[in-house]
Amino acid sequence: MKKDIQKRKRWDAIFALCGMVALMIGVLTFTALFVDMALDGFGRLSWEFFTNYPSRRPGQAGILSAWVGSTLVMLTTAFFAVPLGVAAGVYLEEYASKNWVTDIIEINITNLAGVPSIVYGLLGLGLFVYQFGLGQSILAAGLTLALLILPVVIVATREAIRSIPQVIREGSYALGATQWQTVRYHILPYSSAGILTGIIIGMARAIGETAPIITIGALTFIAFLPPSPVQSEPPFLSFDWLMSPFTVMPIQMFNWTSRPEAAFHANAAAAGFVLVAMTLAMNGLAIWLRYRLRRNLKW
Amino acid sequence: MSALETHVSERLATKAEARKLSFYYGDFRALKNITMPVHERKVTALIGPSGCGKSTFLRCFNRMHDLYPGNRYEGEIILQPDNANLLARDVDPIEVRMRIGMVFQKPNPFPKSVFENVAYGLRVRGESSRRRIEEKVEQALQDAALWEEVKNRLHQPAYNLSGGQQQRLCIARALATDPELLLFDEPTSALDPIATASIEELMHDLKERVTILIVTHNMQQAARVSDFTAYMYLGDLIEFGITDELFIKPKMKQTEDYITGRFG
Repeated sequence: MKKDIQKRKRWDAIFALCGMVALMIGVLTFTALFVDMALDGFGRLSWEFFTNYPSRRPGQAGILSAWVGSTLVMLTTAFFAVPLGVAAGVYLEEYASKNWVTDIIEINITNLAGVPSIVYGLLGLGLFVYQFGLGQSILAAGLTLALLILPVVIVATREAIRSIPQVIREGSYALGATQWQTVRYHILPYSSAGILTGIIIGMARAIGETAPIITIGALTFIAFLPPSPVQSEPPFLSFDWLMSPFTVMPIQMFNWTSRPEAAFHANAAAAGFVLVAMTLAMNGLAIWLRYRLRRNLKW
Repeated sequence: MSALETHVSERLATKAEARKLSFYYGDFRALKNITMPVHERKVTALIGPSGCGKSTFLRCFNRMHDLYPGNRYEGEIILQPDNANLLARDVDPIEVRMRIGMVFQKPNPFPKSVFENVAYGLRVRGESSRRRIEEKVEQALQDAALWEEVKNRLHQPAYNLSGGQQQRLCIARALATDPELLLFDEPTSALDPIATASIEELMHDLKERVTILIVTHNMQQAARVSDFTAYMYLGDLIEFGITDELFIKPKMKQTEDYITGRFG
């Protein structure tokens, strides 16, 4: 009998080993890539790298226009994707009656999350750039990426809302609350951790997207910044930057890697390092926020 | 003079009355033609085996079933003093729930502070005076026999309280808006015996001011806390009467089988 137990337990060990190998393949590959990129590009990382425009001379080239462009595009993306996605998610979970129409919408949203990003790029080109006449602008890029991450935000919102126990809703309704009061005072606050996590993960995906941005026609070499949103004269705020041409981090990288000089490849590696660092920082922020906000939630 | 006549001579007022009430979950008829009074400032207990419809019946009183699709009421629930049918189509369930409070099976405080839990009912009614809210919150916590225990931690999260305190907090939350009728859905089934005793004692004090309808699966509890008891089985109301009489001398054989433990 003892022998039999040992024989069966051997499969425990074999499976645990397989799992660990699978995990390590993923982790080590990423670590190797990241370290390799860091080693290649680390020499180029300096203050000037962040404050210089791209240049024909690799030693002077920097990512100023790229990171400013990425930041502005992300702001625009968040501005459109967050209210739309959260409202859609709340509607589907709390208001929509459960019937076949809702089912079809649900399947569609899940499918939209899997549509290749180049398709969103073509949509953005046709709709925002030409039809709406927005041109190859930050606004067009932000709207395109907002569409791209909308399903992510909607799904995250719905999952966060679904994790709220029904007794909390009933408790609120039993006190005479309306549906909106229940959403406003309970559903949104209690699901905010999950929603924020979803938003940030969506944004982390959007910041690395290259294909749809190239499709709508972002420039690959740009040596100026969009007009500043803050002005010295009234009305002090300006939205001219929305219509400005731009470039983003991954496009800058793409541009540098496609050049023959090895020195530009070091630039690309350095930009890649910055981009991965930005993505990791966003994911870290998501984890931290989730931890902070969930600490106060118990039921 | 029988006990019933004694009660009648006290001039029992009816707070609410179900009249030929039937309830359907889709096609399933969960309540069958129930007619039964709920007497003012008394505790009325609903007992019966699992699935007999006692919770379903209770949740008709504050139209909780309206939250889910496919549910349908037939018949009436009349609320006094204005003789209003709570189930009428033109009666807004929100209006019903503003008059009738509810305490749930498992304590369900909101993940907010103790104070905000109790203040919530006032806030949804649009009360904005800080002073009036504070007064009401203190009063409600005192009525729920919780004030002394929480007065120094009103702004701490409610889930830091023990289970029994959480349930009393939920009672305070319901009391803060001065309900006319308070519904308890097995309020002690998740609590230990000591916490249960404190809730039962509280119910005894509360009936001076508010009518109570309680669902319980615990017959001893029904015997301890209630003035009237209704025994339900498979959606039918089998027997309704004064608690003492129903437990000592039930009229129906089915009731007797249940309370003597031969069934259920």
